[in-house]
Amino acid sequence: MIEWVNTVLQGILTGGLYALFAAGLAIIFGVMRLVNITHGDLIVLSAFVAMVAIDVMGFNPFISLVAVLPIMFVFGYILQRSILNFTLGDDLLPPLLVTFGLSIVIQNLLLQIFSADSQRIKAGSLEILSIQLYENLSVGVFPLIVFIVAVFIIIGLQYLFSNTRIGRAFRATSDDAVTAQLMGINDRHIFSLSMALALLIVGIAGLFVGISTNFDPSAGPSRLLFAFEAVIMGGLGSLWGTLAGGIILGVSQNIGAKLDPGWQILAGHIAFLVILVFRPNGLFPRMRDD
Amino acid sequence: MSLLEVNNLDAFYGDFQALFGINLAIEEGEAVAIIGANGAGKSTFLRSVSGLVTNTADAINYRGMDISHRAASDIVGQGIAMVPEGRKLFPSLSVEENLLIGGYSQRAGAWNLERIYGMFPILKERRDVAGTALSGGEQQMTAIGRALMANPELILFDELSLGLAPIVINDIYESLPTIKQEGVTLLLVEQDINKALEVADRVYCFQEGRVSLTGVPRNLTKDSIAAAYFGSDK
Amino acid sequence: MINSSRYWVQRSTATSRLGAVLGIMLLAVLISVPYWGGRAEMRLLVEVFYILALAQLWNLLAGYGGLVSVGQQAFLGFGGYMLFVFSIHVGVGAVWTIPLAGILGALISLPVAFLVFRLRGHYFAIGTWVVAEVFMLIFAQIIALGGGSGASLPVSVVRSIASSRSVREATIYWVALAVVVAVIVVIYLLLRSRHGLALTAIRDSEEASRSLGVDNFRAKLMVYIFAAFGTAAIGALIFLTKLRISPAAAFDINWTTTVIFIVVIGGIGTIEGPIIGTIIYFLLREPLADYGSWYLILLGSTAVLIMLKAPQGIWGLISERFELRFFPVQRQLRWTVNDD
Ligand SMILES: Nc1ncnc2c1ncn2[C@@H]1O[C@H](COP(=O)(O)OP(=O)(O)OP(=O)(O)O)[C@@H](O)[C@H]1O
Ligand SMILES: [Mg+2]
Repeated sequence: MIEWVNTVLQGILTGGLYALFAAGLAIIFGVMRLVNITHGDLIVLSAFVAMVAIDVMGFNPFISLVAVLPIMFVFGYILQRSILNFTLGDDLLPPLLVTFGLSIVIQNLLLQIFSADSQRIKAGSLEILSIQLYENLSVGVFPLIVFIVAVFIIIGLQYLFSNTRIGRAFRATSDDAVTAQLMGINDRHIFSLSMALALLIVGIAGLFVGISTNFDPSAGPSRLLFAFEAVIMGGLGSLWGTLAGGIILGVSQNIGAKLDPGWQILAGHIAFLVILVFRPNGLFPRMRDD
Repeated sequence: MSLLEVNNLDAFYGDFQALFGINLAIEEGEAVAIIGANGAGKSTFLRSVSGLVTNTADAINYRGMDISHRAASDIVGQGIAMVPEGRKLFPSLSVEENLLIGGYSQRAGAWNLERIYGMFPILKERRDVAGTALSGGEQQMTAIGRALMANPELILFDELSLGLAPIVINDIYESLPTIKQEGVTLLLVEQDINKALEVADRVYCFQEGRVSLTGVPRNLTKDSIAAAYFGSDK
Repeated sequence: MINSSRYWVQRSTATSRLGAVLGIMLLAVLISVPYWGGRAEMRLLVEVFYILALAQLWNLLAGYGGLVSVGQQAFLGFGGYMLFVFSIHVGVGAVWTIPLAGILGALISLPVAFLVFRLRGHYFAIGTWVVAEVFMLIFAQIIALGGGSGASLPVSVVRSIASSRSVREATIYWVALAVVVAVIVVIYLLLRSRHGLALTAIRDSEEASRSLGVDNFRAKLMVYIFAAFGTAAIGALIFLTKLRISPAAAFDINWTTTVIFIVVIGGIGTIEGPIIGTIIYFLLREPLADYGSWYLILLGSTAVLIMLKAPQGIWGLISERFELRFFPVQRQLRWTVNDD
């Protein structure tokens, strides 16, 4: 019994990481209806950036964010402003195919630079520290930190979108980019800012991924799929939904893994497909349908 | 120097030319109306001025500055705000947020939430409702308030009366003199000719992308307007 | 003034008639290759054929059906595994597993469509990818098929195609040629049919076609099933040439990546585009083989550039410039004015 509690608990904590993957995807979909196929590769890219910052500059893992976050923010802004903005429109093909092409380019550039070797970011004792909750039941400090950070990021994003001037601009542009221009909002700038914001979260997710799992240049697509599944399960465009979706994904993966190590990922995908059948709009669909 | 001076303006949607050599001038503090049949190019003209349509260069001068090729998002900051055709409130923003987003460009001026609520008290009651949950008239008030929040010197109204009951139209039009007294210049496009003639100091009539008539309301006869509306051969 | 004019709808063009003649000549040459060609060339051509066939199918899906799938490897790998299942465990002749894999692929595409058609637009793409992963993970669990490490085709199965190696290779060559010709012909006929008109309408404007009463859903579903049929059959063919299968190789996203790049670079939404794209892909692949991932970086960035600057692809640029059309699927309205 306690083993199962443990399994579910670990799954919930993993869900925090998946919510971080998903939040960035949800933001850019919410603001500009763009689905970014490079999302997973950008997570891996930021893990590599963090790794370099730690190895080369000798930063502590968390301090590395001082370098990673600005880099990802600027990269996101430029990526959107110089390339992706030109793919937006009624036609679905350009954004999909352009981000798909970029995904392959990023993966192979990482491969050229860092080789196919599996990497890991060292976080010292943090990796093994855990808190004993009960006999045979303990949670790792690091997964707990990840989960708490994810919750705070979602609270922060929710606040940003609901209560700030820039948040209103994001929502207004998402509703109607042309009318938004009449308000003095430069929609191209707003789109680029939303990508930059998404990549800030990707930057944090990248560091956490690097500490909690091995990664290599080809690890992006599976992160994309996790992010995507969490977003759809949660209900498109709902930030708390991404946390719920991430948790469902994490818990089902952990349960799958407990039954048979080969079923870990499969169980997550199956949970996703089941929800797709019974709740095609996710668990927390937004009221507005567009 | 006129506040807004338009010289020989052509406007295009892709290859389609919607405006042909429009000339028009508006003095500070005036209320000017543009009337014309469906598809005459009235909305296009307002969209040209506010930067949403590709214009010929040097065609639009605002306070002596060429704004023909300015981005729409810059033009609000210059003091030109628009109440678009069909209101176009942002559905995911509440009434108050719709008003606040009107002030996004942070242009200095006298308008603020309190004054808008003073002018349209109903909006204060409904400030937390989604903009799209309002009645047509309330939506139009919100759209006007939103434009005023930009503290404009010139405000463009596209078909304020569209789809509204006559009594509601009267309410809306009652706010215009107040706005004008604040020193805001008004340019309104209107299908409801009587309403337009009531508030306007001068009138332009558009026909198939060209100016077919200009004048002062009291000098315009029904016949001259009809001719300018539909073309003289009909 | 043009009272006495006559209208007719014309689809064939002078180039298309010339194209038909050239096409038949090319086909004759290709059929004869086993009699005079070397082994290496034949192997390369087999690969060209199946990649071209995959590209045509993906183009039908995305370019005409608006169904941007990045999960076609689900059907490709499934078809590959059907070769192993039926030739090893059921005793079906290896070549016959190809149409069989197609039929089973079409069948399995129905429940898949039931799932992924729930996802709109962009999310459809990623949904198909999830399904492909699910296929891979499931096949990796089947011990009888070698689990995660995969299986090899027993010599007896290979021998059963033909006992001599050269006959075997010629057979596979002709089968591959037949597959690609069949795929192109069927797509061409499909696009020229009433359904094709519906598809072109969907491609050009989803909204307009809806207002024309085009049944989008049925047309899209049909295209999806047909693509699954073809892709699964080609999967069986591919692994018949490779003689070894594993989940990672069978359900590799790179199958779809390659095909997407080919179609985008060649020109999406035309039959000629994938042909041009395939030729370019193979021409560049040989000299660039030593550069490893730089080749993919080059292909990826070219595809991105084309999508941004010339979304009609290379064939689009050529046909616009020279008004060429070898596969006239669009109907052209023509009229003449009679003077009498
Ligand atoms: N986005 C567009 N793309 C192409 N053509 C357009 C577009 N918008 C308007 N037009 C065309 O431009 C012309 C002028 O349209 P406009 O909307 O300016 O007319 P209007 O005078 O405002 O008419 P209404 O009274 O119906 O609002 C019309 O022929 C219209 O069909
Ligand atoms: Mg109009």
